[in-house]
Amino acid sequence: MTPLQSTPEWVATAPAIVLALTGLALLLIDTIDPDSTNNGLLAGTATLGALAAGGIAGWFLIGGTGMESTGGAISLYGDALVVDGMSLFFTLIFTSVAAMVSVASYDYLADQRYQGEFYALVLFAATGMTLMGMSNSLATVFVSLELASLPSYALVAFLKEDRGSIEAGLKYFLIGALSSAVFAFGISLVFAVTGSLVLPEIAASLAEGTELVGVLGLGVLMIAGGFAFKTASVPFHFWAPEAYEGAPAPVSAFLSSASKAAGFVVAFRVFTVAFPLGTVTSIGGGSVDWSLLFALLAVVTMTLGNFAAATQQNVKRMLAYSSIGHAGYALIGLAAITVDGGAANGDVLGASMAHLFVYGFMNTGAFLFIAMVEKWGLGRTFEDYNGIASKAPIAAAAMTVFMFSLAGLPPFGGFFSKYALFFSAIESGFWWLAAVGAVNSALSLFYYSRVVKAMWIEEPSANLEIGSQPVGMYVAIVFAAVGTVLLLPGSQPVIETAQTVAAALF
Amino acid sequence: MIIEALIAVTFLAALVTFVLPDRYAGKAAFALSLAPVVGSLYMWQQYDASGNALLGGNIAFETDVVWLQLGQYDIHWMVGVDGISMPLVVLTTILTTLAIVSAWTPISERQSQFFGLMLLMEANLLGVFTALDFFVWFIFWEAVLLPMYFLIGVWGGPRRKYAAIKFFVYTNIASLVMFIGFVSLVFGLGDSITSLRLPEIAQALQAGQLGSFAGLSAGALASVAFIAMFIGFAVKVPVAPLHTWLPDAHVEAPTPVSVMLAGVLLKMGTYALLRFNFTMLPETARAFALPIALLAVASVIYGALLALAQQDLKRIVAYSSVSSMGYVILGLIAYTTYGVGGATFQMVAHGLISGLMFMAVGVIYNTTHTRMVGDMSGIADRMPVTAGIFVAGAFGYMGLPLMAGFAAEFFIFKGAFESTVMEAMPLFTGAAMFGIVIVAGYLLFAMQRTLFGPFRFDGDYDITEAPFHDVAPLAVLLLLTIVLGVSPDIFFTMIQDAVTPILELGGAF
Repeated sequence: MTPLQSTPEWVATAPAIVLALTGLALLLIDTIDPDSTNNGLLAGTATLGALAAGGIAGWFLIGGTGMESTGGAISLYGDALVVDGMSLFFTLIFTSVAAMVSVASYDYLADQRYQGEFYALVLFAATGMTLMGMSNSLATVFVSLELASLPSYALVAFLKEDRGSIEAGLKYFLIGALSSAVFAFGISLVFAVTGSLVLPEIAASLAEGTELVGVLGLGVLMIAGGFAFKTASVPFHFWAPEAYEGAPAPVSAFLSSASKAAGFVVAFRVFTVAFPLGTVTSIGGGSVDWSLLFALLAVVTMTLGNFAAATQQNVKRMLAYSSIGHAGYALIGLAAITVDGGAANGDVLGASMAHLFVYGFMNTGAFLFIAMVEKWGLGRTFEDYNGIASKAPIAAAAMTVFMFSLAGLPPFGGFFSKYALFFSAIESGFWWLAAVGAVNSALSLFYYSRVVKAMWIEEPSANLEIGSQPVGMYVAIVFAAVGTVLLLPGSQPVIETAQTVAAALF
Repeated sequence: MIIEALIAVTFLAALVTFVLPDRYAGKAAFALSLAPVVGSLYMWQQYDASGNALLGGNIAFETDVVWLQLGQYDIHWMVGVDGISMPLVVLTTILTTLAIVSAWTPISERQSQFFGLMLLMEANLLGVFTALDFFVWFIFWEAVLLPMYFLIGVWGGPRRKYAAIKFFVYTNIASLVMFIGFVSLVFGLGDSITSLRLPEIAQALQAGQLGSFAGLSAGALASVAFIAMFIGFAVKVPVAPLHTWLPDAHVEAPTPVSVMLAGVLLKMGTYALLRFNFTMLPETARAFALPIALLAVASVIYGALLALAQQDLKRIVAYSSVSSMGYVILGLIAYTTYGVGGATFQMVAHGLISGLMFMAVGVIYNTTHTRMVGDMSGIADRMPVTAGIFVAGAFGYMGLPLMAGFAAEFFIFKGAFESTVMEAMPLFTGAAMFGIVIVAGYLLFAMQRTLFGPFRFDGDYDITEAPFHDVAPLAVLLLLTIVLGVSPDIFFTMIQDAVTPILELGGAF
């Protein structure tokens, strides 16, 4: 039965509300005594808020809120928002990443000013992402996307004394503004063709056919461009290495895991609901075939991300490119959708969602390890990582788990999610896409294992000193590592939920 | 449940060892590793299976539960043993324990990590030999590589980084090739299977359910999949010319790790070849009999010749493994009871004897700190026990009757001569037998120069007899080799029972 069955429908947005209120509460705490900041209180509040929102989302998911078992998606505010399984599933990703980042930031921010603002910005960005997951109209998509983006720009540039951080923030902001403009223009073109911004209505209007195939095609292409920016996919990926490298590492973790997932949830919903493949391919002789577009983007993105990552000397930058590569894998979820795919569509999209879920753990963990290394004052190149395992074996073991899991090696969660993704792509008939993915995944082992090699096998430099043992970071990293390992034996609920909620879209 | 218990206990032993202080780790790891030894012997004693696990035989200690429901093909947690895997399980547990003891002397830093990784590797190896679902099997198969990578990379010799990465890259690419080959078979089977359980897949293939996939007809798909899987496993075995990672890995790896590498890890390759290529696609295997037999003979002769050219004792033993594994391939392609059964028996026999040889070289190295043949002579004067066992082991390698190596090679040659897969088979067998002569040549030559003659040593170390705990594992291995040689039926009966169904498919008719 649905939790809170007798309550008003807006309660279904509780995860977003809790996140927003926590953000406001953080500002309030900071306002009460602006001269002294209580880092522990702030980090604790942010973490608890994120966990509470995630807990509610998980409870709703188990209870079946907005899912077929309890009467289908809950539509709110004149169809502007929708709460369904997919939005809840992604909320779980955003909140788990936000919680890990908040815990880790406790140590990272220890000597920084404006701590209250930092946590509040993280929470507001998470609110925006959660709303992105619920958006059912191009207008709310745009607004929530901006709500998620604006705090992100500020977070990237958070280290005001650091030239790299400022530069990264500026680049991120400029490209973000450009892509927002492109995205808004795409929305206006689609509106011109269909006369609606609400996703199901767009689909209904398109089903009746249209003369303006070129305008529609251009609109769809521009909207796809907006998503490519948010998910750091080719061709709007240029900002990602700069932003991830310059940003404070916990922010990089947040952006590369949660923000990317947010881009994907919007893309999944907009393209499957507003532009169903069967409808758009029947218009104008199939010239608006976005499945082909995403297949190309997936191949180019994963290959480019992988090869660029292989040439890096800087671990953080390598991870940034690897994050582009993983966007390519996740794009398979959209690329392998077929007109008459039936259940296979839900399977492959669900597998992509499950991959993003696992990725939320392993990638966040990897960036948080980098945050810890930055905290220790070590450098960012592979050489600077030499021999870390001799000083901090637990953290190094966790990082090893993340690296091998990102490479898709058993026995970790990353193997399972890639396996599910590639297998369901083959079942949809896209065996060549799966083959490209598998080969890329095998090549990626090269650069991931370099980190492992540096940490465990290389001799430490003579003056390798590790000052503190940051408790919060250890908690977050170990949590992420345990999650990454347990997601292999415990993958059944994740993949089952993901594929069920994805199937509801078709 | 006993298989799950066996794997779980070994995992726990690994975890416990990881957190122990370095001083106690070696002793504790030894004590903990006795549990899986006892467990596997208990399994062997209670063993009641018959037939081949993949071909509808009665599987011992079977568990089969659904683990993941994922699209078209369910993933089951399916484990169990038959006459092929049971001996390898016993070999794994015993050899790991002995390797742990032999590591007490040479491993002097980061012991808890070393011994923990050894036990972790053992747990995964047990999984490889017992898993009967492809997904489960592949997880264990890959998970073996990770401990091995660290064991070579952290505790290895001067060029350990190169050797570790070469091993890792070679075997991972091989795994990918094999994976793609197998998965294309699965999709070629289409709706005729509902899970990735190996028995189900093997039986569907026998029933002729293979369809077309990715534009390949069923026949072409079987050939492509066979070649992909063969390449994937051949790297692991290794079959010449895919063997180049092996000498590097062996020479750089610390001795106990070499023991595991030669004794058990190489058997993963031959075991998988038998289970996948030769059981699932027997017609394709027979069609490729000529190139496979050629590769087998090439491995035997080329490996032996390379061994002949080495000055490093460890390299000699490493290359002779390539040669011995060639016999296994020859036995497999023969498709006769004695051929395939002998090949399986050789997996165990070679595991014991190569383990013995590597350990003996290691014991000598612990004392002399050199492995070069030219650096010493007359070592037998100072280390009589070690030298004696070394000589006995070397004769085992050469195929002295009443030792396991003799039984294995005899079975293989008998089976290969009887083979009907192609007319030229006796010719190939005769050529492969010539390998024994070369083996005798290089082993006698190496022993004569290092062990016998007047004592001479170019180093600064005192040469005295090795401590008891160095020699004891050698003695145990020698004893086991003799026991298996005197009564091969300990394992050969169950092996024969398990390989006979394969031959009935493949055409000993």
